[in-house]
Amino acid sequence: MIVLGIDIGSRSIKAALLKDGQLLDYKILECGFQPHLQALEMIKEYQPNKIVSTGYGRHLAKRFFADEIITEIKAHAIGARYLFPECETVLDIGGQDSKVISLDIKGNVKNFLMNDKCSAGTGKFLEIMSASLGYALSEFGHIALRGSNKIKINSMCTVFAESEVISLKNQGEEPQDIARAVHLSVVERVVGLLYRVGYIDKIVFSGGVANNPCIVQMIEEMLKIKFLIPTSPDIVGALGAALYAEAFKF
Amino acid sequence: MSLNNFEVKSYPEIWKALGVDVERFEKMRCVLGDIYQTSYLSQENRPNSMDYFNWIMSEIHGGRITEILEYKKEGRPVVGTFCIFIPEEIVIAVGGICVGLCGGSQGPVPDAEKILPRNICPLVKSSYGFKIAKVCPYFQAVDFVYGETTCDAKKKTWELLDKKIPTYVMEIPQMKRQRDLNLWLEEVKDFKLKIEKVAKREISFDDLAKAIKIVNDKRKALQRLNKLRYHKPSPISGKDVLLIEQIAFFDDPIRFTEKVNRLCDELEDRIEKGIYVSSEETPRVMISGTPMAMPNWKIHNIIESSGAIVVNEESCVGTRYFKDIVDDNSKTIDEILQKLTERYMKIDCSCFTPNDERVSQVLKEFKDSQAQGILHYSLQFCHTYNIEAVKIKEACDKSNIPFLSIESDYSPEDIGQLRTRIEAFIEQIKSQN
Repeated sequence: MIVLGIDIGSRSIKAALLKDGQLLDYKILECGFQPHLQALEMIKEYQPNKIVSTGYGRHLAKRFFADEIITEIKAHAIGARYLFPECETVLDIGGQDSKVISLDIKGNVKNFLMNDKCSAGTGKFLEIMSASLGYALSEFGHIALRGSNKIKINSMCTVFAESEVISLKNQGEEPQDIARAVHLSVVERVVGLLYRVGYIDKIVFSGGVANNPCIVQMIEEMLKIKFLIPTSPDIVGALGAALYAEAFKF
Repeated sequence: MSLNNFEVKSYPEIWKALGVDVERFEKMRCVLGDIYQTSYLSQENRPNSMDYFNWIMSEIHGGRITEILEYKKEGRPVVGTFCIFIPEEIVIAVGGICVGLCGGSQGPVPDAEKILPRNICPLVKSSYGFKIAKVCPYFQAVDFVYGETTCDAKKKTWELLDKKIPTYVMEIPQMKRQRDLNLWLEEVKDFKLKIEKVAKREISFDDLAKAIKIVNDKRKALQRLNKLRYHKPSPISGKDVLLIEQIAFFDDPIRFTEKVNRLCDELEDRIEKGIYVSSEETPRVMISGTPMAMPNWKIHNIIESSGAIVVNEESCVGTRYFKDIVDDNSKTIDEILQKLTERYMKIDCSCFTPNDERVSQVLKEFKDSQAQGILHYSLQFCHTYNIEAVKIKEACDKSNIPFLSIESDYSPEDIGQLRTRIEAFIEQIKSQN
């Protein structure tokens, strides 16, 4: 049986195609203005028996082409447990949300927490700050690794933090130091979530922000842990949705 | 009532006479009608006795106002309220009317934010906004507003509100020792004097005894309704019960009691015949936390459109309002006032410290309602409930009860994020049962 999981997030769409439990193919694409059309275009070459959607656009996808939906919480729980059967906690930092999920012995969601409704502690925050400092998002983490810990961003709100970054620039602070401070601000929020959920090591780190080496290193140092990071952390949700499609009858 | 002809009826002459901003209010009336139609009238298999409550909603901006104005002409005091600490028995004892004032809508929040700080509770902002924007006919019709000291945002806003409409403030104790009970008794006695002054007559033993019966009967009817909805599967939706709990604050108490009891008769009949609005498998969610003033149906809407059902509201608009009744076995007026005070001191509002009885109450209602998870709802910036959520969570963790804490205001901007959290919570409940 061929099944497709599609994760329509706030920034990008991820699709994972499975055949008899094995990953056949995957894709990642920007959302565009009409995510469901973009998604349809993206998967038109596939002929899956079932499609399960997740992410912010899950309901939209169900209206147009998906057979069933699950939330990204459940999708990440399934995907992470599949990739790393030993995992007990999942950290996912996506474009608009960051979430921490604790799993029970069977891999069910035992408890979860998400960031408040603002974008502090999310990928969006990093994206806006990297643009404000003139870096590409993909290089932002590498730049921050070269920075020192001498400054701190105090604002939690993206809008105020951006003003803070601008004022730091104008005080002549080094860009890599500001970049590091921006990363620390995200890390502190996320570590707070991990503490509140009562995390247990082993922790899988998924979502686009898991590609950022500075975020990974800072959290690992702060918690004295070593993350389990998938080869493609972006597609854990899509993979979870596909696995759900395979396992459940509907 | 069919799906297509519902409207909240328009009474522009009455509104104009009350000094309401008619043009703006007319738009709000239409919006409320639309929301009611999509949230309420689209529900399948509603009990027939909900027709009365539909009618109340269609007359919310006119029919009930006309009634209240008639009473007012007879010299009966009309008191605007925001909180379940108002001893409404005392108002009813002189034939007066308590009206829960508007405070559950985003509409006038921007008006309030021109004056009040943004980072305070939406209920306070909304209420104050309704008055300064002149878009609540009830606010325009009351003799005075009853305020209390349950939170800082409220107690300081009363000082500002008092400039727009007379606002009488009662001091709510923050602890539950004997001296606090004494303070509250003194406050209750002062309130009685205040009402007597407005009504220009004294309250007799019989007046008060009769009022206690009226309000006790109302609370008992609500208890009965809540017990029936606890049936698994539920014979009535959570949204419908919430609506009735909201209407309890402004409808005529005797008529309301009769209509709730009639609905309960129908629900008993439904249970006997096996007519339900949910199935054995429908996940059952209990709400605990801050009040949901009309028309705040946001959380219930999300839960019940995600395939689950709300089976209890441990809230001021909910069990906290009706779980306790006044002991009606008194011989003197002083004795009644003492019993009345004792009843109100049982309210487990988070303004008290400590407030451990609330934690036990939450667990008791969880069990009674056969719920499978607790969603703690806190209005944004409601510090006392928000902090108390930590203790509720600890109690839930200890008893392995799925728990989700949500903080939200009246704006629709976070509906996508709330939907994700709530759907995930429902998935969690399903996977654990």
